Amino acid sequence: MRRVYITGIGQTPVREHWDRSARDLAASSILQALEQAGIDKADAIYVGNALSGELTGQEQLAALIADFAGLTGTEAIRVEAAGASGGAAVRLGYLAVASGVHDTVLVTGVEKMSDLSGPAVEEALATSTDEEYEAIHGLSIAASHALLMRRYMYDYDLERRDFAHFSVNSHRNAVNNEYAMFRRPITVEAFEKARLVADPISLLDSAPVADGAATIVLCSDKAAGKRANSSVEITGSALATDAVALHDRPNPLFLRAVQESAHKAYAQAGVTPKQIDIFEPHDAFAILAALSLEASGLAPEGEGVRLAMEGEIALEGRIPICTMGGQKARGYPVGAAGVYQIVELAQQLRGDAGANQVDARVGMTQSIGGTGATAVTHILRSP
Amino acid sequence: MSLAKHWRLQQQRYRLIGVQCEDCGAKLLPRRLVCPQCKSHNLQPYSFKGQGMVYSHTVVYDAPSGYDGYVPYPAALVRLDEGPLVATQLTDVDIDEPYIGMPVEMVTRRLREHGESGMIVYGYKFRPKLKD
Repeated sequence: MRRVYITGIGQTPVREHWDRSARDLAASSILQALEQAGIDKADAIYVGNALSGELTGQEQLAALIADFAGLTGTEAIRVEAAGASGGAAVRLGYLAVASGVHDTVLVTGVEKMSDLSGPAVEEALATSTDEEYEAIHGLSIAASHALLMRRYMYDYDLERRDFAHFSVNSHRNAVNNEYAMFRRPITVEAFEKARLVADPISLLDSAPVADGAATIVLCSDKAAGKRANSSVEITGSALATDAVALHDRPNPLFLRAVQESAHKAYAQAGVTPKQIDIFEPHDAFAILAALSLEASGLAPEGEGVRLAMEGEIALEGRIPICTMGGQKARGYPVGAAGVYQIVELAQQLRGDAGANQVDARVGMTQSIGGTGATAVTHILRSP
Repeated sequence: MSLAKHWRLQQQRYRLIGVQCEDCGAKLLPRRLVCPQCKSHNLQPYSFKGQGMVYSHTVVYDAPSGYDGYVPYPAALVRLDEGPLVATQLTDVDIDEPYIGMPVEMVTRRLREHGESGMIVYGYKFRPKLKD
């Protein structure tokens, strides 16, 4: 296997972009990334996108984007794995370069969500659950996570407000990220008072629906040339799956796919959980971030929320998470989120994270579909 | 809107029919082709009694299309007496009544409608267990 480097990144601000469509957002992040990498073409484009058919009526998205970015003719394919679409696209891009099939590829994540409102978006998001046995019963994606959170609170004797520290941390970190959607801090009190969307999950516990696109350029050492010395390297990449439905898992509070993908990635990168300096988890809901910390071996079972309560997830804590705002405050354009995570971790590992800079050599991202049925873990190392 | 996609699930929706593994005895709902415990393909239909306890619960306020007319409504994961969990709405109950461990039983109720002249989908919900 060949070494794989990230030689360029690009991202649009995460917003409700009323004036821009998916192709526009995706292509502008591609042009940024190409310019940064000093190239004008690639061997292939992998597009992470979860819902463009459901939300915008557009399929065959990858060809559309390649053409709009001036890369007509390039091999291009869309990758779908619900909330893990972005991470899954990175995984395919990594495989293509590591295997020697391609020397330079683009991985783009994009989601355009603001064209539909409330119930229609909830219906689209619920397609990541088991349609015949979960969605048919009116379970929204927030409701599925609420079932996990309620049981977790019961098993570990916690209150709703204890989960606030994840959102408080994410919002604090988003203040300094110009690409983030919510650049203002929130308080534990505001979290407690926020309107419920699916009890016990509230608005301030749910990553917001948003539009955005992010792109990375992946190169083999040969294609990277001298740039390899100053580029972040992907040293671990793994994807695992679990039953889609919560009720089909022996213990719904244990994310088997997260554990499997994290441990494969650790083994490949030759690191232990203790050596992870920074972690970008899939914090679509606080409970998911807590369960991810536990399944990844970064917190003992039942201690994920306590880690946040004790301030260990802050920039100056033992394991900083969501350092640029995470899904909660940077915003959650579903299929793009996994690529935003890589872009943000690359910023950190290159020393380009500005006021939120963490002293880190090894970092990890995790992109999750639904309530944990697809999990993609990547481990990156600084130049 | 498809009739067949609901019709083909009538055994599950109306009678809680799952499968039992003939090799290791595991009782599974919904039905599967391969036993997740012993990988056996020898699975036979099994009828669940529809009795259980609330494993976890929620109240949905922001609902998907087709359900937004019913909010707020309670939903749960129910642990059936035979072992499996089942995702379901709770019915015949106030939204602040459900608790973890609450005894519940299956009933057949309307799950959703597809507009004024469209199909009405029925299936299982669970209600607090009636006293004997």
